[in-house]
Amino acid sequence: MNQITPISFKSRKAKDKTMFFLVCLFSSLAMVPLFFIIWDVISKGYKNFNLRLFTEVTPSSMDALMATMNGDPIPGGILNGITGSLLIVGLAILFSIPLGLFIGIYLSDNRGKKFARIVSYLTDLLQGMPSIVIGIIAYAWVVKPLGGYSALAGSVALSIMMLPMIVRSTEETMKMLPNAYKEAGLALGASYTNVVFKILLPSGFGGIFTGILLAISRVMGETAPLMLTALGASVVNWKVMEPTSAIPLLIWDFYNDPNLVDLIWSSSLLLLIVIFLLNWIAKIVARKWKV
Amino acid sequence: MESINTTNEKNAVLQLKDVSVSYSPGKYAVKQVSADIFPHTITAIMGPSGCGKSTLLRAINRMHDLYAHIHTSGEIILKGRNVLEMEPMVVRRMAGMVFQQPNPFPTMSIYDNVLAGYSLNGIRLNRKEKEEIVEQSLKSVSLWEEVKDVMNKRGSFLSGGQQQRLCIARTLALKPEVLLMDEPTSALDPISTNKIEELLLELKQQFTIIIVTHNMSQAARISDNSMFMYLGELVEHGNTTQMFTKPRHKRTEEYLTGVFG
Repeated sequence: MNQITPISFKSRKAKDKTMFFLVCLFSSLAMVPLFFIIWDVISKGYKNFNLRLFTEVTPSSMDALMATMNGDPIPGGILNGITGSLLIVGLAILFSIPLGLFIGIYLSDNRGKKFARIVSYLTDLLQGMPSIVIGIIAYAWVVKPLGGYSALAGSVALSIMMLPMIVRSTEETMKMLPNAYKEAGLALGASYTNVVFKILLPSGFGGIFTGILLAISRVMGETAPLMLTALGASVVNWKVMEPTSAIPLLIWDFYNDPNLVDLIWSSSLLLLIVIFLLNWIAKIVARKWKV
Repeated sequence: MESINTTNEKNAVLQLKDVSVSYSPGKYAVKQVSADIFPHTITAIMGPSGCGKSTLLRAINRMHDLYAHIHTSGEIILKGRNVLEMEPMVVRRMAGMVFQQPNPFPTMSIYDNVLAGYSLNGIRLNRKEKEEIVEQSLKSVSLWEEVKDVMNKRGSFLSGGQQQRLCIARTLALKPEVLLMDEPTSALDPISTNKIEELLLELKQQFTIIIVTHNMSQAARISDNSMFMYLGELVEHGNTTQMFTKPRHKRTEEYLTGVFG
């Protein structure tokens, strides 16, 4: 047997220390851009982050130019984007939650079956699908046949993007639930439907809800698919068949308009806050309703 | 297999006739088991691991239906009707099951857990009926005094032994004909085990109990009749005292004396 000499022990410890140092170093390096992003967005966005942002619609380029020349803050806000995001994402949730839950339940209950394997593989594929491609598909499926850009088309695109995340979180959560709950429910004479809706889904609420929140926070900032579907609007629109704006669409508009460029930062700040809140709530829910 | 039973066969609440269960074609986990189970008795099913005792028990309330590859044949006559030809949901209400691991539903309160059989079956009860069933069921598992002030707490808040008694109460609430218990005390400490054993002796006044157990002394303590299974076959079935003192088969004797097991 090899004897462990004090020397080899020492060099091992030194190696471990170097390794640990490197791991810490790179982790902190990875955080640097994140801090700069947050710092930039806050420092440039706070000036226009006021009540107006939430109560007024996008100003025209001319109004913004006049105000800037007089040294006033840009008039107007992004109310049309906020309501639009709520409408589009809200509709997308309505489409993707029932579908995602059912697919997730199917996958967790039929592991190993051929059809389940195909569905599972397609879900992975959908997860990796570029958002612009999904936008084009929604354009071809919804915008074209209905003859115009609409909030509905936007929400179809976003719901396709949310679907794989909801499917996966439902499937993983259901897999984690002990089989004993299902058997105990069925042993009481319950139907499969009742076992799913009254025992399994409530027991897995935490995991499933967390997945839904993360899916929402992911599509909240999507721009490309919305350009091809919801298009954008300069007024507040609650009609699902009309073109509608969204916060990320407005950010893109502001980028293209030198007079409105300042609004980029306050809009980004709002988006950042919303996403941060969603993630934070997801964490709390996951902790409180642990499986 | 032989069985001596002085009671008239027609009185049997449950009759197994050539029951076989296969997990894959040609491979039988339970081989042609026949037995009569009489009302207000406790029958212990014993045998070494893998002998098919849980598989036999789960055939009675059609739990094997959950898995497409498991096939049950023969006849299982419960109260005069063949279980294998009945609607599984109806069978399961008549043959309640208690599992090895206590498994109260985690999102339900103690109160709702007792009533789970009703709510899951879509049976509506008024408040008075609910309270009666909860009180009666919890009293019959001697849990009432311990939990009557914490009814709204989650079932998982209770100790393991209490959880198992809650699960028994949940099963009893549906007033089943037979109570199937799959090693109900193997996950519990000796004190909780003792409590459950005492409970079973009381419950047999009202119910017929079949209990799968690893624990021979448990079988000796509580059962009226015993079934000894080995490699999927029912080797011996009869009066427990007789089986423990004068087993008719060599295998049974070897198992009971610890030669194998």
